[in-house]
Amino acid sequence: MSSAPTGSAILTQRPMQMPTARGPLSRELIRVLTEDADPDTLIALARTAVAEAADIVRADDLQLALFVLYELHYGGVRGVGDHWEWSPALIAARNIVEDEFETVLRERVPTPERPEATSAAVSACLFDLTVADTGPSVSRYLARQATGEQAREFLVQRSVYTLKEADPHSWAIPRLSGRAKAALVEIQSDEYGGGRPHRMHSAIFARTVRAAGLYDAYGAYVDQVPAVTLAAINTMTLFGLHRRLRGAVVGHLAAFEMTSSIPSKFYADGFRRLGYDSDATWYFDEHVEADAVHEQIAGRDLAGGLAEAEPDLLDDILFGAAACLTVEGWAGEHMLTCWSDGRTSLLAPLTR
Amino acid sequence: MNDAEPRSEEHPVDDQVSIVAYPNGPFLVRGPVTFTTPDGEEIPPGRRTVALCRCGKSVRKPFCDGTHKMIGFVTEQEPGPQSR
Repeated sequence: MSSAPTGSAILTQRPMQMPTARGPLSRELIRVLTEDADPDTLIALARTAVAEAADIVRADDLQLALFVLYELHYGGVRGVGDHWEWSPALIAARNIVEDEFETVLRERVPTPERPEATSAAVSACLFDLTVADTGPSVSRYLARQATGEQAREFLVQRSVYTLKEADPHSWAIPRLSGRAKAALVEIQSDEYGGGRPHRMHSAIFARTVRAAGLYDAYGAYVDQVPAVTLAAINTMTLFGLHRRLRGAVVGHLAAFEMTSSIPSKFYADGFRRLGYDSDATWYFDEHVEADAVHEQIAGRDLAGGLAEAEPDLLDDILFGAAACLTVEGWAGEHMLTCWSDGRTSLLAPLTR
Repeated sequence: MNDAEPRSEEHPVDDQVSIVAYPNGPFLVRGPVTFTTPDGEEIPPGRRTVALCRCGKSVRKPFCDGTHKMIGFVTEQEPGPQSR
């Protein structure tokens, strides 16, 4: 294993570096942001890009542009002024892409039959949905047969989200109240290390990344990951950033937690099989127990609690949960297809 | 627990341990509690809210590792407070 790049136990490495453009919209967006240029042209470019995209989920230019626009609301992008976060033209361009993306997700994501708006029924429905999720299993592949190079690719694919793990769902905290809010904060507190920054899940993941000889800077590998990976992350931010979609972000988190505990065990087994030590597998080992706790709270108290408090959100809770399974499934399927064809799942193979 | 926590009549003492049985899943334990082996050796739970195995098949006992879902573990209807 190559020597790990330098890094501390505590993760403080945002804003991210500006990614490379993948088409006309992202090229102009990057120019506007870095040169403080007139942003109004982006609105027409966004319309054209949306109109011309055969499949927005796999449209590199659109997903990258959306990812960069969203990042302005998180830790920011290096060299870009903070004032761009609330630029009306950027938000108008973003809304054009988001509207199409949400429409496509609602068309393609199969949602379960609506249960009663009670905590018990909603929780049971979500557990049934996630148990029935028999899509391609990256975790089983990792456990049994992934090569060392594929395991590193997996970390690269995951790093784009996991180095800011939990952040998209935190947008929902001030938009909830009562039982659902307390449940979300209880989960997020654990995600963020319970007051101990070195135990923050994103920081524990950085140890795995370094053990694989990869860079642990947030966003270091955005240029390497395909649109479908960015689409999975953009889905979370889309749900998280809009109060209107608070039901969906809650459903997303519930499904995410419900499909994490057992796969984490497989991931840990896989990395152990490949010779990684217990510090490197800590992230996955941690998630076996953590998410066994979180999934109960997320199903019963967060999603169930929200459905009882705001029954009108029930359909969006189910949509968010199903969307999580579907988009994460697309990203996983991409990796497995590439690997079974003997090629890289990244846009370019890793050079280090 | 935090002394600044408001204390309502329903929850006169918020610093006691609570255990919630989740249907078809583990017990969730909150509050000031220590876990030990039969020999008295402490088992650090690693988090504030802990899930204890109820299906008997966790490989991380006493903690839950999600195995109950793989084996289709089903709990009986929990009796309500009145039936005690």
